[in-house]
Amino acid sequence: MKTYQEIDRHARDVNPDRQSAVYSVASALAEKRVNAFQRDYADPDRLRRLAGQIKQHTLEHLDHYLQMAETSFQENGAQVHFASDGTRCNQIVLDILKKNDCRKVVKSKSMLSEETELNGFLTEHGIDSVETDLGELIIQLDNDHPSHIIAPIIHKNRREVARCFDREGLGDYNDEPEVITRRARSYLRKQYMDADAGLTGANFVVAESGRISLVTNEGNARFCLAATRLHIVIVGIEKIIPGDRDLALFHNLIARSGTGQRLTVYNQFIGGPKAENQPHGPQQMHVVFVDNKRTEALASNCREILRCIRCGACQNICPVYRQATGFAYRGTYGGPVGSVLSPLLAGENFAQKADLPKASSLCGACRDVCPVDIPIPDLLLRLRDKGKRESSKKAGAGTPPMGIWAIMSTQPAAWKAALRLGYALNYPPTQAFPNPALQAWRSVRKFPPWRGGKFRRWMKDRKKSSE
Amino acid sequence: MEYIARKIPEGKKLLFMATCICDAFFDETAKAAVETLEYLGCEVDFPEGQTCCGQPAFNGGDWKASRKVVRHTLEVFKGVAPVVAPSGSCTAMLLHGAPLEFEEEEDLGKVQDLAGRSWELADYIVNCLGITEWKGSFPHKIAFHRSCHSRGSGSVAAARQLLSSINGLELVEFGEENQCCGFGGTFSVSFPNISAAMGQLKIDHVAATQPDFLVSADMGCLLHLGGIIDKAGKNLPRLHLAQILRDSLKNGGLL
Repeated sequence: MKTYQEIDRHARDVNPDRQSAVYSVASALAEKRVNAFQRDYADPDRLRRLAGQIKQHTLEHLDHYLQMAETSFQENGAQVHFASDGTRCNQIVLDILKKNDCRKVVKSKSMLSEETELNGFLTEHGIDSVETDLGELIIQLDNDHPSHIIAPIIHKNRREVARCFDREGLGDYNDEPEVITRRARSYLRKQYMDADAGLTGANFVVAESGRISLVTNEGNARFCLAATRLHIVIVGIEKIIPGDRDLALFHNLIARSGTGQRLTVYNQFIGGPKAENQPHGPQQMHVVFVDNKRTEALASNCREILRCIRCGACQNICPVYRQATGFAYRGTYGGPVGSVLSPLLAGENFAQKADLPKASSLCGACRDVCPVDIPIPDLLLRLRDKGKRESSKKAGAGTPPMGIWAIMSTQPAAWKAALRLGYALNYPPTQAFPNPALQAWRSVRKFPPWRGGKFRRWMKDRKKSSE
Repeated sequence: MEYIARKIPEGKKLLFMATCICDAFFDETAKAAVETLEYLGCEVDFPEGQTCCGQPAFNGGDWKASRKVVRHTLEVFKGVAPVVAPSGSCTAMLLHGAPLEFEEEEDLGKVQDLAGRSWELADYIVNCLGITEWKGSFPHKIAFHRSCHSRGSGSVAAARQLLSSINGLELVEFGEENQCCGFGGTFSVSFPNISAAMGQLKIDHVAATQPDFLVSADMGCLLHLGGIIDKAGKNLPRLHLAQILRDSLKNGGLL
């Protein structure tokens, strides 16, 4: 049916098989999450609130903690870089690689690298950059994009993966998951051995100890550092937490929130390059802190979104995401977190993404699952207000204008007149009036009979008869 | 989520907010709520100047227009008496939405005062009046749709407590009970495809249990779900929680 919003159009046109596959994976993950929390904690909400407070505290003193992190990393022998935006980040990474004669990079999953489009940039400059997370590898081979924060190929089925591997020379068509993973494994082993540098993100950066924490289920981040000379970490400035002891809370929350695991399979803590007494490991560690509009988000009235630890729980639970699927959100991040983050990260192009916060029934399911207690619906609402104030056409599309309603709603006499006028809606010709909101309603639903003012009369009569 | 702390009101005098949706379409719901409250000995005052709580523009992003309407609502419902509405959604607007859009306004205090005395019907009956069991009987199988705007308040537990105590009433469980029905106010017209798909999913889950009635504490959800059901020509009657409470009393000869 006719619709004015891009995300709604995407939902209408998405392949139904793909949509139902996304729906079932997302709801399975959401169910695992709730079971994990119920099984292990008497009061999970207290943990979520505590984690939210820790991250909020860190964000409010980010200047302090960022400096602390820089000093700690340097004391550990790592080199620290700061990138104001994605372009700068990519350039810093390229410069480090060139300076050290690195031609091949193995990289673990990083949403930030999607934000900065790092792989494309490196390829352009003659660097071979290979994704090692299975999902991300498939995305890279297919020249595709991840459509989910933690399940990048949620939109693909195994037949598509088998066709991809066949096409790319990883083995003749076979869609057995075990065969697919074995082939990926043997393909990747060679890549690890050939690579000069390992590139990772960081799930958490500990300011006090100069340590990064990486959580994976495939162990690929670890392999990226096994046979390489150089380790580059690219990380958003919001990933900092104050101390090592905070990791206990966050590790427990991120695993349960993302996949319903008690703990991810591989948990790495890396605090600097290879020490002299260590037999293996990269001789250099570079940490690139990336701003890319995060400071602007921090200054906005939606700063709580920077608490996000990218677990994907809000995406999994979101009934709108389940219908629309990830690409509907036109950006690195899909689902509720994307609807808040993308418009903020768009900076001066906010208006282009101002429709995203509209794609929510404001049911609040995302707020209830967020491991860092981000009031996502409140942030969506604040961004709707911003979209309206900045007259974004994308944001306003399909939303009925509120001017006349506001006049009626502040003048009881006009309100009562409207209650009488509404009876016109009970006649089919009136219902056909070409008002977009009316037609959008009628395209999928029937109107109940208008009964305006009947309750008021009943109240009056009741009062009279009791007097 | 934590709402503004509310004081349990003294006495049984209250201001009734019928809600615009009942004012326009669902007078039966508002009547049932009034009859129920009066049965409980409440002195129900209906301020004639009331219109809408301001939520459509708040959710639609037009906070400037919404604040005008909220200011009107503040005026209409001024005083110290609790405001009771047969809607979790309109109540959530007063409890949480209005304070959010007034954060930087001078009259935030007034908005917070109203929030501090706003109650959804079931929440009021159970948590203010202290009633935990409902008299009479309602010998039917019902599916209770928990409206999302009752999340984080006492309303859902209160409604369930009242319903499950009614003689003869069978409360059925259905699939994905906690998922939103897809109404979402202006969302329902700006995202009709997604909204309808969410609604259909809810209806399919509910219909699979073959209840006599689909019940909610919010007519917004029922307006949307009912619209889809009626458009498809299906037979699934809907009732508001207030209608069940009142009809239960009637069936028991108490009203």
